[in-house]
Amino acid sequence: MPPLPPGAIVLGVLEQFMPVLIGVVAILALSAGFRRWLGLYGQIFDSTIGIVGLALILFWLLTAFLASHVAVFDPYAQFRALQNKPPGSIEAASGLPFLFGGDALGRDVFSRMVYGSRTVMAIAPLATLFAYMVGICLGLPAGYYGGWLDTGLSFLANLVLAFPVILLFYLLVTPEIRETAIPTTMAAVLFLFPILFVVLVVWSRLRERPRTLVPALLPVLAIGGFGYLGLTGAWDPTGLLRMEPNTLNIFLAVVFITSPTIFRIVRGLTLDIKTRDYVAAAQTRGESAWYVMFWEILPNARGPLIVDACLRIGYTTILLGTLGFFGLGVSPESPDWGSTINEARKLLRVYVHPALPPALAIMSLVLGLNLLADALREQSLRD
Amino acid sequence: MLVFLGKRVGLMLVTALCLTLIVFALVNLKPNLVKLAKEQGNSRMSAEQVEVWLDQNGFRRPLPVRYGEWLAGAVRGDFGQSSRFHAPVAEVLWPRLWLTAKLMFWVMVVMVPSALVLGVLAGMREGSAQDRVLSTVAIATTSTPEYVSGVVLTVIFASKMVGLQWFSGSATSAAEQITLENFALPVLTIAIYGMGYVARMTRASMAEVMTQAYIRTARLKGVSFAGVVLRHALRNALIAPFTVIMLQFPWLLTGVVIVESLFNYRGFGWLLIEAASNNDINLLLAASVVAVVIVLVTQLISDVGYVYLNPRIRVSA
Repeated sequence: MPPLPPGAIVLGVLEQFMPVLIGVVAILALSAGFRRWLGLYGQIFDSTIGIVGLALILFWLLTAFLASHVAVFDPYAQFRALQNKPPGSIEAASGLPFLFGGDALGRDVFSRMVYGSRTVMAIAPLATLFAYMVGICLGLPAGYYGGWLDTGLSFLANLVLAFPVILLFYLLVTPEIRETAIPTTMAAVLFLFPILFVVLVVWSRLRERPRTLVPALLPVLAIGGFGYLGLTGAWDPTGLLRMEPNTLNIFLAVVFITSPTIFRIVRGLTLDIKTRDYVAAAQTRGESAWYVMFWEILPNARGPLIVDACLRIGYTTILLGTLGFFGLGVSPESPDWGSTINEARKLLRVYVHPALPPALAIMSLVLGLNLLADALREQSLRD
Repeated sequence: MLVFLGKRVGLMLVTALCLTLIVFALVNLKPNLVKLAKEQGNSRMSAEQVEVWLDQNGFRRPLPVRYGEWLAGAVRGDFGQSSRFHAPVAEVLWPRLWLTAKLMFWVMVVMVPSALVLGVLAGMREGSAQDRVLSTVAIATTSTPEYVSGVVLTVIFASKMVGLQWFSGSATSAAEQITLENFALPVLTIAIYGMGYVARMTRASMAEVMTQAYIRTARLKGVSFAGVVLRHALRNALIAPFTVIMLQFPWLLTGVVIVESLFNYRGFGWLLIEAASNNDINLLLAASVVAVVIVLVTQLISDVGYVYLNPRIRVSA
C-alpha cells in the first residue's frame, strides 16, 4: 500500500488528538469563564503567553491520561515490515497508518511519543513536589534560626550543587548502585520529608488544641506511614505503591538534585520575610516558631515559590530527558522521550523521523511550563 | 578584600575535599570493585577469588587510608593508571580537557555577545513589543535542551532529508582541525540552551537600571536614548550577568557531555562517559575531580568578581 500523503498525515494526527484537543479547549473555556473566582489561576487568562503555556501543559497532561485512546498501536509492538519506514506508511494487517513512521525496531513512533508523555507526567511533577517539601522543611528553619543550623545546611546544599549534574547521575543511577544500600537509604531519608512537612503544618496550627490535633494527625500518619513503608519497600501488602527499582532510583536522584536549589530559594525568602511586621506581630502574640514559619512566612512566600515550581517541573523534564539520552532511563524498551531520542540519534543522518517527535515533545512541554512561569511572574509583580 | 578572598578559598578547599571523598566512596562501592576484579582478573572468578584478588591489590584496606593514598598522588598530579586506555590517567585526561576547552571557548564567543545583545535590546524598553518578542525568544531557547536542539539542528543542516547539508553532523575531525563545517553545530547547540538564561538575566538587570534616577536625569539633560543606553546604563547592567555567565559553567559541563556524545567529539565529556560506562575507576575519579574543581573555581571567580565589579558591596563583604 502506498504511504499517506502529508495532508492525510496531518489530518490523521489531528483525528487521533481530537479528544485531547476538545479537552484542552473545554478546560480553557471553562476556566476563562470562571476566572474571577479562581484567584491566581484565573489571572493566567489575562496574558496571551500564559494561555499558550497553559494550553501546552494541558495538552500533554491530557495526552498522558488518554494515551491509550490517542495512540494507534501498542508502543512496544514491533512490526518487522515497517522498520525505519517513512511517516504515513500503512501497517498491512490492520490497515492503520504509522503516522510518524517506524523506528529501527519497527515500532510506531507516534504511539511511542504519546505513551512517552506518561513517564514525564508521572515523575516530573511528583519529584518536584517532593523536592519542595524537602527544601521547605530544611530551608524555613535555616533561614529563620540562622546560626550553625544555617551554616551546616547551606554547606551541604552547596556541596550537592557543586556536583555536575551529569556526574551525579552517572554515580547514582547505575545498575550497580541498586545492589548497595544507597537507594534504600536515600528513599528512607527523602520520603520522610513529605510526612514531616504535613505533620509540621498540622501540628504547628493545632498544637494548643489536642482535641482537634489528634483526629487530624491520625489519618496523616496512617496514610503517610503506609505510603512511606510501601515506597521504601519495607512493607507493601497491596503492591500498589511499588515502584520499579530503576524508576525509584531516577525519582530519588531527581529529588536529591532539585531539593538543594529549593532549599536556597526558601532560605532566601525566609531571611527576607522574617523581618516583616506581621512576623513580629505573630512573635509578640506568643506563637511558636514553627507556627510562624509554616503559617506566617510560608504562605507569604508562595508567589515566587509557585513561579519557581513551574520552572522546576520544566527543568525536571529536561533532567529526565538527559537521563534517557544517556541510556540511564526507566528501562531499555521504555517509550520515554529521552530514551527514544537516544535510540534514534544513532541513525539520525539517514532516518530523521524517529528522533524529531520526542524532541519536539520535550521542547513544547518545557516551553509551556516556562511560558506559564513567565506569565505568573508578570501577574504577581502587578499586584 | 584579602580576608574575604582567604575565607572563600578556604571554603572552596574544604568543599573540594568533601566532594572528592564522596566521589571516591561512590566509585569504590562494592559492586564496582567486584566488576573491576572480574575485568582485570578472570571474568568467571568465584566470590572468594574476587575477595582474594581485591585483598591482594589493596582494595580491602580501610577507605580513609586508600583515600589518603589517592589524595597524596592526586596532589602531585598522579592519578594512577586508566584501565580503559591502558595509560596513565594524566596522559589521557589533559589532551581531552584541552579539546573541550576549545569547544567551551567557541561556545562563549558565540553565546555571550548574542545573549547580552538580546538582553539589552529587550530590557532597554521594558514592556514594549520588542521586549515581548525577544523575551519569548529567550524563553524558547531555555526550553530547548542540547539533545533537542542538537537533533533539530542536525536534521536541518546536516541531514539528507532537508538537503541543506551545510555543516557536518560529526565533529570527530574537529579534534585535529577546527573548521566552520565540523564545529558549527556542536557550538550552536550548547550556545542556544545557555543563551536564553543569560539574556533573561541581562534583561532583568537592564530593565532595573533603566528605571534609575540617573538615567532619567541623563535623558532630561538631552542625551540621546542610544547614548544613555550605551554610556550610562550598559556598564551597570552588566554586573549581574557576569555572575550568571560564570555560574553557567557547571551547566555547560552537562551540555558538553551531551554534545560531545551526540557529535562524537572526543573531549572531556566523551571521556567522562567512557570512564563511567567502562568502570574505569581511576579515570572517573580524576575526571570528577576536574569537573568539581572547574565548578568551584568558577563559583569563586563569580563571587570575587561580583564584589570587585560592584563597589557598593565591597566594604560589607
